[in-house]
Amino acid sequence: MFHVKHDFDVVVVGGGHAGTEAAAAAARRGARVALLTQRPERVGAMSCNPSIGGLGKGHLVREVDAFDGLMARASDAAAIHHRMLNRSKGLAVQGPRIQADRGRYLAAVQELLRAYPNLVVMAGEAAELVIERSRVGGVVTTTGQVIHARAVVLATGTFLGGRLFRGSERHEGGRVDEAPANRLGEQLRGEGLPIARLKTGTPPRLDGRTIDWARLEPQPSDADAWTMSPMTAARALPQVACAITRTTVETHDIIRGGLDDSPLFGGAIEGQGPRYCPSIEDKVHRFGDRDGHQIFLEPEALDDATVYPNGISTSLATDVQEAMVRSISGLERARITTPGYAVEYDHVDPRALDHHLHLSAIPGVFCAGQINGTTGYEEAAAQGLVAGLNAAAHACDLAAVKLDRADSYIGVMIDDLVLQGVSEPYRMLTARAEFRLSLRADNAETRLSPLAIAIECVTPARRAHITARDEQRARVRAGLADGAPADIVREIEEDQRYAPYLARQADEIERMRRDEGIALPPLSTLNDVPGLSNEMIERLTTAAPRTLAEASRVRGVTPAALSTLWLHARKLQKQHA
Amino acid sequence: MDTIFAVSSGRPPAAIAVLRISGPAAFDIVSRIAGALPTPRRATLRTLRGGDGEALDQALVLTFPGPATATGEDLAEFHLHGGRAVVAAVEAELARLPGLRPALAGEFTRRALENGRLDLAQAQGLADLLAAETERERKAALAATEGEISRAVADWLTRIAGVSAVVEASLDYSDEDDVAAADQLPVTADIAELASDIAAVLKRPTVERLREGVTVVLAGPPNAGKSSLFNALLARDAAIVTSQAGTTRDTLEAVVDRGGSAFLLIDTAGLREHTDDAIEQIGIARAGKAVDRADIVLWLGEPDAAPAGAVLVHARADAIDRTPAPAGAIATAIGDPVSVQRLWDHIQQRAADLIPPTSTALLHRQQRDRVVAAHTALRQAAVESDLLLVAEHLRTARGHLAALLGVDATEAMLDALFARFCVGK
Repeated sequence: MFHVKHDFDVVVVGGGHAGTEAAAAAARRGARVALLTQRPERVGAMSCNPSIGGLGKGHLVREVDAFDGLMARASDAAAIHHRMLNRSKGLAVQGPRIQADRGRYLAAVQELLRAYPNLVVMAGEAAELVIERSRVGGVVTTTGQVIHARAVVLATGTFLGGRLFRGSERHEGGRVDEAPANRLGEQLRGEGLPIARLKTGTPPRLDGRTIDWARLEPQPSDADAWTMSPMTAARALPQVACAITRTTVETHDIIRGGLDDSPLFGGAIEGQGPRYCPSIEDKVHRFGDRDGHQIFLEPEALDDATVYPNGISTSLATDVQEAMVRSISGLERARITTPGYAVEYDHVDPRALDHHLHLSAIPGVFCAGQINGTTGYEEAAAQGLVAGLNAAAHACDLAAVKLDRADSYIGVMIDDLVLQGVSEPYRMLTARAEFRLSLRADNAETRLSPLAIAIECVTPARRAHITARDEQRARVRAGLADGAPADIVREIEEDQRYAPYLARQADEIERMRRDEGIALPPLSTLNDVPGLSNEMIERLTTAAPRTLAEASRVRGVTPAALSTLWLHARKLQKQHA
Repeated sequence: MDTIFAVSSGRPPAAIAVLRISGPAAFDIVSRIAGALPTPRRATLRTLRGGDGEALDQALVLTFPGPATATGEDLAEFHLHGGRAVVAAVEAELARLPGLRPALAGEFTRRALENGRLDLAQAQGLADLLAAETERERKAALAATEGEISRAVADWLTRIAGVSAVVEASLDYSDEDDVAAADQLPVTADIAELASDIAAVLKRPTVERLREGVTVVLAGPPNAGKSSLFNALLARDAAIVTSQAGTTRDTLEAVVDRGGSAFLLIDTAGLREHTDDAIEQIGIARAGKAVDRADIVLWLGEPDAAPAGAVLVHARADAIDRTPAPAGAIATAIGDPVSVQRLWDHIQQRAADLIPPTSTALLHRQQRDRVVAAHTALRQAAVESDLLLVAEHLRTARGHLAALLGVDATEAMLDALFARFCVGK
C-alpha cells in the first residue's frame, strides 16, 4: 500500500455521460481535472440504447452543446441514423434524435477529452471521499491512492450499490461485467444523506444477421442533412435504416407465463422503475388489453451486427427472453447475444442538492446523472455540465452558474430535481417545461451562448462561430434573409410566428424572476412564521426552497402559505434594511 | 407608494361609515376635499365637497400623522353618514383624484404588517374578528359552498388533465403507436364541453352576493304608496338588521333576514319625468340607479311604464278610489297582512333563483377571476388548430385552476398521460 499525492482542482468520479461532460466543463473553465474511472477504455460508453436525443432530450443535447459540451459533437461523429421527431409540429416540440455507432461514439468522446491539456483520465475505483474539516478534500481509491482536490463530482451512474437481476439470477454490479461501487455508497449513507433505490432495465441484444429484415417495415434515416451541433459541417458516416416490428398475443402469453421468476413481479426489486421506460412485462401487465407493442430494431454499429430491440426492456429469465423474442415477427430465428436485465441502484435524494448540484451537507461535493435519480444519457450529460461548471467555480473561486426554468430545459430539470425530488427515474419531457414555446432545440444557441461566453467556458473556435451566427441572425431579423443559413431563417420565422405567445410568457417569466429575488427566511426559523401549518413546514423543510418562487413550485404548498411566507420575508427584509 | 382609500367600518348602510385614506398624499387629499386640515387626532366637522364644489356630506374628519398610525403612514379618516349613496359619492370623488386609488383587499393590513405596526398573528386575529361578524348559519353555508367549489375545481382539473394528457402524449410521444391516433381523439369536443360547464358556474352569483343578499327596490311614481309598503314589508316576521335614513336626497335602505337569506330593501324617491326641484332631481337620478342595480324591482306604477322584469304591485288596493288590480299584478293593502305575506312569498320565490341552495358551488370574486381566465384559455384551446398552442392554452387553464387549490397541475397531467397510454421504450 502506498500513497501518491496528486493535486487537482476537481476530481470527477465516473466516466459515463455525466462524468465526461463534468470533467470537460470543469476543464473548459480552466480547472485541473482528474477523471477517475474503473476502466478508462470504457469512458464515453453507451450502456443502454444506441440513440441520443429525442423529445426534450434533443433539447438538452443542444443546450449542452451551447456550452461547448461533448455530446452533440460526439453524436455527429458517430451518427448512423437521424430522425427529427414531430417534424409536422411546431419547432418547440421537434426533437432531433440520432442513433450512434457505439464504438465510434465512445472513440469520439475520448478524442474530445484528449484535447483538454488540463484533464487527466485515471484508472481506479473511488473507495471513499476524503473529508477534511467537514469539507471534501479529494477521493481515496480502493488501492489506497489519495487524489487531492477541492471539489469532487460524483457521477457514478448505477454503480452505487448496483445489483443486476435476470430471472432468478443476481449479480453485484452497475453494468454487465462491471463491479459496483459499494464502499462509496456506504460512506454517503454514513454522512446521513437521504438515499433511496431506483430500478432501470435494458433489453436483450440481438445478432442482426439472424433477423429477417425483408419481412419488416423499414424506417429510413432523414434525408435532410441536419446535425446535432451547429458546429458540425456535414454528416460523417453512411446512414442505416431501422425496422419496426411488434409483439404478438403469443409474446404476451409467454411473458405472463414467465412472471413467476420475474424479479419485478416476485418482489425482489424494491426500487421504482420509470413509467415512461417500462419493461415489456410491465407493459403487458398494465395494458393487458393491447394486442401488441411496437419494437424498433436499431443497429448499434456499422461494422458490428448487434441490434438493440427498443421496446422490450426485460429482466425475465434468459429462456423466457429467448422464447419471447422468437414469437415476434421477423425475429423467429433471432439469436440473443446478451440477454436483458434490470439493475437496481442507490441514488441520492436530489433535494439534498442546490441548483448548482452542490451537496450542501458535504461542501465541495457535486452530483450528476443517475446518482441524482434521473435516467437517460442526455439528462446525465446536462447535469454533468452544470456540476462540472460549478465544481470548477467552487475549486477555483469563479462565478457559480445557475440555469432556470425560463432559460433552459437544463434549468427545468434541475429545478424539478432539487425541489420535488424523484419517485421514479426522472426523464425529460417537453411537457415539464412551462416555457416550452420559447425553449426550443433550434434556438439553444441563441438562448444560452451569451451565458456560455460570459462564464468563459467556450473555445475560441466556438466563440467565433457564435459571433458569426449572431450576425447572421441580426441580418435575418432586419429582413436580410438572403444567403443566411436555412436553420437561422427558420428560427427567426418561428420566433415571429409565436411572438404573441412568447410575449405573454415573457410576462410570466418576469413575475417568476421577481419572486426568485425574494429570499425566504432560513428553514430552521419556519416555526416562528405565524400561521404556517405543520404540514406546510414539513413540505418546505424537505424541499428546502431558498426563494419565494421556489416555494411556489413545491408540491402541496398552498397559496395561503405562500402569502404568509411572503409577508414574513418582507418583514425580515424591512428589519434588515 | 400609492395613497389608498377604503371604507373600513364594514359595508354600508350603517349609521356611520368610516372611510380611511392612507399614504403620502393622504393629507393633501383631506385639504382638497374637506378644506383646512384639522388638528391631528381631533375629530372636526367639515363639509366634504367634490371637484365641482358640490357638497357631498357633512362629516367628521380626523388626521393621524405617520408613522405612529395603524398603517405606519399618514392616515386620515372621514366619518360619513352611512347611507350607500353618500359613501358611493365620496368614493367616486376620491377615485377621481390623481395619486389615489381604492385599496386592494387586505391592503391596509398589509401596509400595517410591512411597516411593523401589526404582526401576522394580530392580522390573523383581525381577519377572524371580521369573519365572526357574519352570522353563524351563513358562515356555515359559505363553508359548504367553498367545499363545493373545491370539488368542482378539482373535477375540472381532472378533466383538463385528461385532455392535456392526450395532447401532450401526441407531442412528447408522437413516435409511439399507442398514441399515434391521439390526434384523432375528440379533444376539441371535450374542451368545449368543459368550457361550457365552467361557464354555467360562472353565470351563478358570487359568494359575495350570497353574503350581501338580494337587492329589492321599490319604485314608482310619487305617492304610489312605496314608503308605506316599505314599512309593511319590514313590519312582520322580519328582523330589521339596520335601517338608516340618509339625507333628504338619499334613498332609504334596510337589510332584512328572511328564512336565512338576506334582502336589501331600497325605497326610492318617486320617479317623475319632470321636476323643477333640484334636490328631487338628484333623488330621481339616484332612484334610477337603484333600479338599474336591483335584483328585483317592485313596480308600483302603471304596468306599461314598468321597468323590464319588474314585479307589478297594485298597492293601496284597499283605497276607495282604486281601480281593480291589473292582470299579473299583486294587490297589497297595508291593513291586510296576508297580502303583504303574498308579496313576500313572491319575492322569495324570485330570490330562490338568484340565491342558489348552499350545496351549489359558488365562487368568491377573486376565485372568479381565475376561473374566468381558465375559461377564456379553454375557449381559445377549443378553436385552435396548432397542437402546440392547444397545449399552451390548456397549460394556462390548468395553471389558473391549480392555483385555486394549490396543487401541481403538470404532475397530475403526467399521471393521466402514463395511466392512459402505454408509452416509452
